[in-house]
Amino acid sequence: MKPKIATTSLAGCFGCHMSLLDIDLRLLELLQRVEFDRSPINDIKTVGPCAIGLIEGGVCNAENVEVLREFRRHCKIIVAFGACAVNGGLPAQRNHLDLRDILEEVYQTSPGLAPGCSIPNDPELPLPLNKVHPIHEIVRVDYFLPGCPPSAEAIWKFLNDLIIGRTPVLGHGLLRYD
Amino acid sequence: MSDVFLLDGEQVPFTVGQTVMAAARAAGRYIPHLCWHPEFQPHGSCRLCTVKADGHFAAACTLAARPGMTVDNRTAELDDQRRTLLQMLFVEGNHFCPSCEKSGACKLQATAYELKMMTPHFDHFFPDRAVDASHPDLLLDFNRCILCELCVRASRDADGKNVFAITGRGIKSHLIVNSPSGRLADTAMSLADRAASVCPVGVILAKGRGFVIPIGERRYDRQQIGAAEEQ
Ligand code: SF4
Ligand code: SF4
Repeated sequence: MKPKIATTSLAGCFGCHMSLLDIDLRLLELLQRVEFDRSPINDIKTVGPCAIGLIEGGVCNAENVEVLREFRRHCKIIVAFGACAVNGGLPAQRNHLDLRDILEEVYQTSPGLAPGCSIPNDPELPLPLNKVHPIHEIVRVDYFLPGCPPSAEAIWKFLNDLIIGRTPVLGHGLLRYD
Repeated sequence: MSDVFLLDGEQVPFTVGQTVMAAARAAGRYIPHLCWHPEFQPHGSCRLCTVKADGHFAAACTLAARPGMTVDNRTAELDDQRRTLLQMLFVEGNHFCPSCEKSGACKLQATAYELKMMTPHFDHFFPDRAVDASHPDLLLDFNRCILCELCVRASRDADGKNVFAITGRGIKSHLIVNSPSGRLADTAMSLADRAASVCPVGVILAKGRGFVIPIGERRYDRQQIGAAEEQ
């Protein structure tokens, strides 16, 4: 049986997933060797038992925490996939600000808003956390693949190493934080 | 005739009075470091250059070379400790490389690449530090300061201006600007100063030059730090 890979984007921009698609024709090669479980690529919404879980994005709200824990429960190997999962990335740039101040400024006090605007409070919206966290602050993480986003070459090398059971090693030019 | 010591088993020549770091660098060898710079007095504060000399830990930048000395440098044990030091530096400040103009030319980042730092590992502090954009030609982004004091030394010893200082103790240590207002605009600092170009990370940046060299073509994108010249 082919090993299964699940992927998700938490507080990320989907850039890491776009970079995964940038492996281009090698995606077909990858599909010969693995099967995709829950992923935005196939739109499967629930995660089952998997060999590898790729987590893009940090953790900025209650739903992110839930999805991340769900992935941790089901995946043998969890990979922090990209800068935001590794260190919070761009969303974490709000961390030195007070959450209420941010929400008030964005939805109530900034110029150009329609009168009567208020902070969204729909029960369907996941509650934001006070701070954005890298995923290793919430669950145990087995491997880290930095980069904003990691390049297709880095992703390809990393996945190949993982699939054959080797500790992924990124050489000069592949290991990057930008 | 110069004497030699052994660095990871290979001979490195030195002249009397030279430090292990200076001799190694002169011989084209790399000992990871952040606060050392060949133009300035060694400072011995970042501890990244810690080596094992005849079995004892010592900072290579302040350790005088002795004939026949055996120095371990790139051992797994020492590199593990170096990686931990780097991780602590990363979580102590705000290092968001994708938006940093220094990315690709940053010694902290390039050293972390060299030591295969895949994660900052510790919990991030996410400190709140204001930037100083008051100077017409220079920006100060304190979020990235690693307290190496190279700007302090350069401004004092090369420029004769004493623009920078470190204040506070322990975890509260931070860089300040030596002017009554605390702003860089109110100092004699100029773009041509040595202190303006010495910062190994992205704190002291020239304005108006963003992305003149594209990401991917910068100093340490082209060359691993161990092979590159000091900047
Ligand atoms: S100073 Fe260096 S490590 Fe810090 S954000 Fe800039 S490039 Fe990254
Ligand atoms: S501003 Fe740069 S040169 Fe000065 S102490 Fe901080 S890191 Fe070092």
